[in-house]
Order: sequence, then structure tokens, then C-alpha cells
Amino acid sequence: MSIPEHRDDLGTTALLAEEAGPARSMAAAVWRRFRRHPGAIASAALLLLLVLGVVLASFSPYDPEKSDLRVRLEPPSWHHPMGTDPLGRDMLTRVLYGGRISLVVGLLVVTITLVAGVTVGSLAGYFGGWVDNVLMRITDATLTLPSLLVLILLGALLREVGGDFFRRNNVLTIALVIGLLSWMTVARLVRAAFLTIREQEFVIASRALGASGLRIILRHILPNAIGPIIVESTLGLGWAIMGEAGLSFLGFGIQPPTPSWGNLLSNAQEHLSKHPWLAIFPGLMIFLTIISVNYIGDGLRDAFDPYKVLQKVGEV
Amino acid sequence: MGRYLARRLLQAIPMLFLISIGMFALVNIVPGGPLSGHGRSRHIKPQKAEILKRQFGLDKPLPLQYVIWLAGNDWMRVDADGDGVAESYGTRKGILRGDFGFSYSTRRPVLEEIAVRLPNTLLLMGITLTVALVIAIPVGVISAVKQYSVFDIIVTTFSFAGQAIPEFWLGLILVLIFYATLKNPVTGDPLLPAGGMYTLEAGFSLVDRINHLILPVTAGALGWIAWYSRFLRSSMLDVIHQPYVRTARGKGLRERAVIWRHALRNALIPLVTILALDIPYLFAGAVFVETIFAWPGLGRRYYQAALDRDYPMLMSMLVITAGIIILSNLLADIIYAFLDPRVQYD
Repeated sequence: MSIPEHRDDLGTTALLAEEAGPARSMAAAVWRRFRRHPGAIASAALLLLLVLGVVLASFSPYDPEKSDLRVRLEPPSWHHPMGTDPLGRDMLTRVLYGGRISLVVGLLVVTITLVAGVTVGSLAGYFGGWVDNVLMRITDATLTLPSLLVLILLGALLREVGGDFFRRNNVLTIALVIGLLSWMTVARLVRAAFLTIREQEFVIASRALGASGLRIILRHILPNAIGPIIVESTLGLGWAIMGEAGLSFLGFGIQPPTPSWGNLLSNAQEHLSKHPWLAIFPGLMIFLTIISVNYIGDGLRDAFDPYKVLQKVGEV
Repeated sequence: MGRYLARRLLQAIPMLFLISIGMFALVNIVPGGPLSGHGRSRHIKPQKAEILKRQFGLDKPLPLQYVIWLAGNDWMRVDADGDGVAESYGTRKGILRGDFGFSYSTRRPVLEEIAVRLPNTLLLMGITLTVALVIAIPVGVISAVKQYSVFDIIVTTFSFAGQAIPEFWLGLILVLIFYATLKNPVTGDPLLPAGGMYTLEAGFSLVDRINHLILPVTAGALGWIAWYSRFLRSSMLDVIHQPYVRTARGKGLRERAVIWRHALRNALIPLVTILALDIPYLFAGAVFVETIFAWPGLGRRYYQAALDRDYPMLMSMLVITAGIIILSNLLADIIYAFLDPRVQYD
């Protein structure tokens, strides 16, 4: 896929003139550039708020799974800001608990992506030869899979066959399934980093000094690829949350009564015309989370790549 | 170019094999088959299940099942009546010879099932893509030409939002607004239909068909509008600062001609390429839109097959989609070389 090199989204108008100060750590430089992206900063604040709400959900006076038939399908009110569902459960509580599931699945997927992607990419890039060839063919083949369709197939298989195990380890299995289809870009990034850095003088020098292969990988090569990997993982988080929501919406993901944004939306379908609040809030949460994550990813991309910021400002 | 194409096509073959083996293993290694006593097959009596297993060839070892799926079983004796004696030659030809088998749930040939629904999906997706491009191209161009204007800021924000809205939520919200809330002022019926391709009782009417298309197309197109307008804005910005555009201006051409005729042409090249790459995903994305709006297309059929654990249906559709993805990757390369003479393959 050939995306035009020139990226220029609004928001970052950082001038790099002031960068020419004394040397600082990379993290500090990245953070300074990230701060100048208003969309990314606002999104980070929003996401933080969301995480806070999700963590504090335990303090809700209502139980996310216990029904209370006296208050079925009540519209939003002071007591139930997002209304109640057909079993009289408080929707705000369920949406926040659902957010826990969605975020945990997302973070698990990112972890799996990083571990698998970095391992595959490092092995392929470090050893080269037939190892590289085999691993990259597998990567290509996995990239060729229509991921949504494979997710549906796997979800359907697990739901029917996995039985008790699937239900008990629902979050973990769904994260594994999504992770299985999302490590490829990271693997390619890491491999590319190896190919460009492997033969550079400082790596050869450190090898001559007797550094072990693992040390060269961890100390010298991976840190040089950290920027793209972090950006890719951030965008991957959005992808994973969307994937889980879609899968659960179709009924192949997180199984009720455990709430997730996707299955809350799915259950809202039949009550759509009379009780629209059931559909509005979970979807709104998915939307806000994904847009924040995407803005943050965009901000990070600019922050890690000062050259593109310069291009944006028109100085190159 | 010819040699390059030949090499790419040859590389695609082992790739498809790898994918087909992977898919086959995935579907079959997980314990339980269509007759294992899970799901709907719970209601099948054990003796009957044994017979069915032999008839479908599910009693054979997995590698053999894979070979049969690939190459057919008309070269070996099979147990057609399920009595435990293999007495006649099989009739399956295998996917390599274009026989994708039968759907477990409807017992009709998989290809027939696909053929019935393909036109519906093509119609929906064709219109969705057309609408998306007709809106995204001018929006992207204007947004790039007037970079950092109010219009551009709105478009950029919108394109972030458009890519973050889940299709399935957008679909529900559209139904909520245009079906459940807004009413036709004359008849008092819902303003727009919430599902299907046409009104069942009425005869053919173009207005009716279009009414049924509005909501699914809107739900499907929004994300693509966001993606393509963002993409084109970016590729336009690459182009408009190039010397040849300055030359066009220097010749005294009107700004409109410079932008729409000279700059846009080159900016469209990457768009056309990405379009070729996106086609399979357009189809995959049809699952949500077709499920929500009860559109009788391939996406909904796939979802139904997943509910039924209809293996032949699922695997055939997956392998076909993977094949289309490989072909569209190749197509993207060819189009790119064709449109941009600077690109050389060897």
C-alpha cells in the first residue's frame, strides 16, 4: 500500500528551531512535540477521564448483572443517568463495566501484538535466510486474510465448541483471537528496523566488543524502532476495541450477562424505537474511545518524526 | 512487466495454499464438527449422525478430507448411502476444479448460494463506493487547496470522526432517526424503510428501491468518505507544491484548470491504487450493514453461515475473499505502473 509520504494533519505547528538546545532524552523531546497537538492532548485527557470512570465503576450503587424488575426500561433520569435495561439494570453501571471489558481486551491485544510482532520481526530480521523467508511468508499470508471474516469464523467456532472454557475465559480468548490477526504490521516494522540497522557501524562495533545477540537486539536495534512501534500499537488499540465491539455486536464475542459495549448495542437492537437510550450510550462510548485513540496516535506519529513536522511547516 | 506479473502470480499460489491449509486446520482441529452434538446438531440421533458423517466423508482422516476438499473424490470409492461400505465413486470435484461443495444448512451448491446474493452485494457496495468517491474527491481537493481554512479544519475533524464511528452503531442511529422517529408527513408511515431491498407487496418501483438504499448506503459510505477525503487531501498536498504545477500556473492557466486538470490527475494515482486494495474490505465490511438492514447479500449470508457453523459456506467464502485480496494487490501494482510511467517493475 502506498500512502503519500507527506503527512500534514492539522494541529501540529511545532517549529523545530527551539529543538537545537542542549541534548535531552528522547522521551522529553517527544512529549514536548506531542503537547503541541491540541487534538491529541484533548483526546488524552478524554481517555484518562474514561479510564477513571471505568475504574471507579466499582463504587456504583448498582450491580452490573443483578436484575431489578421494578425499574425495567426506565428512561434516563437523575437516578439512572443512562436509563435502565429490560432487566432493570442501571445502564451507566453496565456501560462502565462494559468499558472495562473493552479496554482490557484492547490492552491485551496490544500486548499480544507487541510480544508476537517483536518476536517474529526480530527473529526474521536477525537471522535472515530461510528463517526470514518462512516467517515473512506466514506474515504475508496472515495479512491476506480478510480479518473481519476470520474473526467471525473463530468467534462462532469458539462460542459453540469452547463451551464452558470459552465462557469462563471469554475476555482472554477474544483477545487472543483478535491478537492472532493483528501482529503483522509490528513484525514488519521490527524486521525493517533490523535490516537497516543490522549492518551499521555501531552495531558491528558492539558485536566486535563481544556483545551477545540478545543484547544487540534489545539495546541497539529495538530502541531505534521504538517510535513506529508505539504509534502502531496505539492505532492497534483502536482497532482492537472496534474489533471486539463488532464481534460482540454480532454475538460471537463477549457473552452476556457480562456487559461489553458491543453486546450492549446488540441487545439494544430490539428496543430501538421505544427505548433508544439503550443504543445511544454504548455506541457513543465506542466512538469517543476510538476517536481519542486515533488522535493520540496521530499526535504520537508527528511527535516521533520531527522531519515530517518540518515538512508540515514547510521548512524542508 | 510481463515477467514481474508472472512471478507475482506464481508467488500467489503457495500463499493461497498456505491460507487454505490454515483455514482448513482452524475449522477442523477445534473439537466438534457439524454433527458433534453441539448447537443445532444436538437434535440429530447418534445413529443418524454416523450415517451422515460417512455420507459427508467426515469419518476420514483430516489430511484426506483436505485433499478431497481441494481435489475432489471422484477418483476414490465413497460411501454414498452411509451404510459403512464404500461402493461407488464420489462426485465431488474439489475447489481446484471449481466445486466448492454444498452448504450444510441449505444443501444447495455453495457457488449457487453465492451467485444468488452476489448481485445484491455488488449493487449495495457499488452505490456505496460511488457515493463515497463523489463526495470524497471534491472535499479532499478543496480541503487541500484551502489548507488550514475553516472548511479544511471542519473536514479534517469530520474525517477523524467518520473513521471512529462504528458502522453498526451508525446503522442503528440512522434507523432510530429515519425509521422510528421521523414520519412521512402525508401517510404517517416511517420516513424511510429500515430493512430489505424493496417493499414485498408492491411491484417494482424505482423510488421504492432507492428508498431502501438510502440508509444502508449512508451507514456504509460514511467511513469510506472520511478515509478517502483524508487520503486525497494528503496526496493533493504532495502534488500542489511540485514544480510542474507552478509551471502550469506560470503559463497563465486559470487556477481551476491547474487544480482540477493538472494537479488532481497525479493526486488520483495513489487513490486508484488504494481503491483496488480496498475492494475486498468493502465486501467484508458489508457484514454489518447487511445484517442491520436485512439486506439479502453475501455479508449477511456469511453471518448466517457462521451462526449455523456451515463449514463449506464459510471456508469457500473465506478462500474466495483471500484470493480476491491477492488479486487486488496485484491489480493495484499493475494500475500503479500503468498510470505512473515513472514506476518500473522488474
